[in-house]
Amino acid sequence: MSVFDGLKFRKVKSPIHDLDPRVKFIYVCVIFAIALIFWELIPLLILFLIQLPFVLLGKVQRQWLRSLRGAAFLAIIIFVTNFVFSFIGAGYRFTAESLESAFALTFRFVVLVESFSIFFLTTSPDNLSLALEQTRVPYEFCFAFTTAVRFVPVLANEAQTIMDAQKARGLELERGNFLKRIKNYIPILIPLIVSAIRRSLELAEAMESRAWGATKNRTNLYVLRMNKNDFILLAITTGILITAVYIRLFIPIPSVCELLEI
Amino acid sequence: MIEVKNVYFTYPNGVEALKGVSLTIKDGEFVAIMGQNGAGKTTLVKHFNGLLKPTKGIVLVDGVDTRKVSVATLARKVGFVFQNPDHQLFSETVEDEISFALKNFRFEAETINKRVDWALNLLGLTRYKKTSPFMLSGGERKRVALASVLAWNPKILILDEPTIGQDYQQKEKLRHFILQLNAQKKTVIIVTHDVEFVAECNPRVILMSNGEIIADGEARKILTDPKIVTEASIVPPQITQIFIKLKNYGFPRDILDIYEAREAILNSLRKGFK
Ligand SMILES: Nc1ncnc2c1ncn2[C@@H]1O[C@H](COP(=O)(O)OP(=O)(O)OP(=O)(O)O)[C@@H](O)[C@H]1O
Ligand SMILES: [Mg+2]
Repeated sequence: MSVFDGLKFRKVKSPIHDLDPRVKFIYVCVIFAIALIFWELIPLLILFLIQLPFVLLGKVQRQWLRSLRGAAFLAIIIFVTNFVFSFIGAGYRFTAESLESAFALTFRFVVLVESFSIFFLTTSPDNLSLALEQTRVPYEFCFAFTTAVRFVPVLANEAQTIMDAQKARGLELERGNFLKRIKNYIPILIPLIVSAIRRSLELAEAMESRAWGATKNRTNLYVLRMNKNDFILLAITTGILITAVYIRLFIPIPSVCELLEI
Repeated sequence: MIEVKNVYFTYPNGVEALKGVSLTIKDGEFVAIMGQNGAGKTTLVKHFNGLLKPTKGIVLVDGVDTRKVSVATLARKVGFVFQNPDHQLFSETVEDEISFALKNFRFEAETINKRVDWALNLLGLTRYKKTSPFMLSGGERKRVALASVLAWNPKILILDEPTIGQDYQQKEKLRHFILQLNAQKKTVIIVTHDVEFVAECNPRVILMSNGEIIADGEARKILTDPKIVTEASIVPPQITQIFIKLKNYGFPRDILDIYEAREAILNSLRKGFK
């Protein structure tokens, strides 16, 4: 559940929180794309570091660290599998290069998590929905999307309660072999799914009885407008993108091993 | 016997739900835990079967530290019926739902059948034996959840908000039934907001507020004390309120139910006639 906590939005006053979600989204996509076109350690490290100012400006260090901690398990798996495979690929020899490339791929994942977590930690679901609406996505979809995002923590809580209820009836999740253990989760999953469906139906009924969708042309109290900081971020993003593409195409990237002459 | 010694509990998100709770519940006691929303009642009773472990302090069930054993082991002794039945129903039929715990505790097939029928009959669910629990009404689902715990006959029974959504008749049945269990020397612990229900059962009442116990004693003493009652944001039963207002006319003020009220009124009428 700590992974979800690391993505949960909290209202804080900061320049990053005030940014237009559309620009932030473009920024995340650009970081995402750059992370995918590099496989060397040094650029990925730089990519990781240039995002730190955003975390600090947004005053979300604690939650951001928690999301990274939540991702640590997957990161370790990525590191180990990459390392083992390059170890085998190199003919069962331990090389500094294989260590470096395993690190690089792990950092790629960390960078992705980092940028996503900055985005979700500093963008309120309401603003997100506004952004979707202003990009002409039909309101029904915007609403469904934000509701889904909003209900994730609720669902996580509910899963915990259900687990408690079944444990109180003698269910032992860690009992038996692999197959048996998967089967142990049936009494958890069914109530979870049933109650999610029940909840969504009830939500729909409750909303329709409060005249949801009565007016076809919705107007918004708040309208997103790009201001100075948004254009600055857009400029920075474009700058990063151009630099990255240029480096990728025309400049050979040294590896740490070469620099250290191992 | 349940012993709670100076227990503190903090949820992972930092909410301090229990702040130094101590109490002892002896075998065969009938206890009602009351207090406003968010007082920490559910958090407290979840410590009794080990679902939550104290952040500080200790909880002993029959002398066993709840931190040292699994919930499943404790559950054999401590039955817990959750507030919301939808958090536990998952089987195809009511019958399967009730036998789930019995199978977990490795009862024999024959015993399971007997126990299931017994529990179905007890809660008036026999005609739903082969029905899907999801097709039942809210109150009926609640009873299925109750039956599924009663079936293994735990020594201690914890009911979180058992009267919610039950019609008058079912509530009466539930009350008789709880009293009957208690008469069989079972420990019964209910968490409830239903003062009328508590008044009619007259159990030991534990009042909670903000993660602390603010009063502990007989229902008669606690529910008729305006000061304590306000502190825990509950309202005395209507009949008690009337008699509190009538205290200047020589009526006793610790009246809990209509039978006592009738006696008190008859007494004063008789005095009046003389
Ligand atoms: N899973 C949880 N995570 C974080 N905080 C929680 C959790 N469950 C309860 N709390 C908090 O702990 C406090 C006590 O909650 P608890 O559920 O014990 O209250 P309660 O007395 O049972 O209330 P109610 O009468 O509404 O059932 C509340 O402030 C609540 O917000
Ligand atoms: Mg509760």
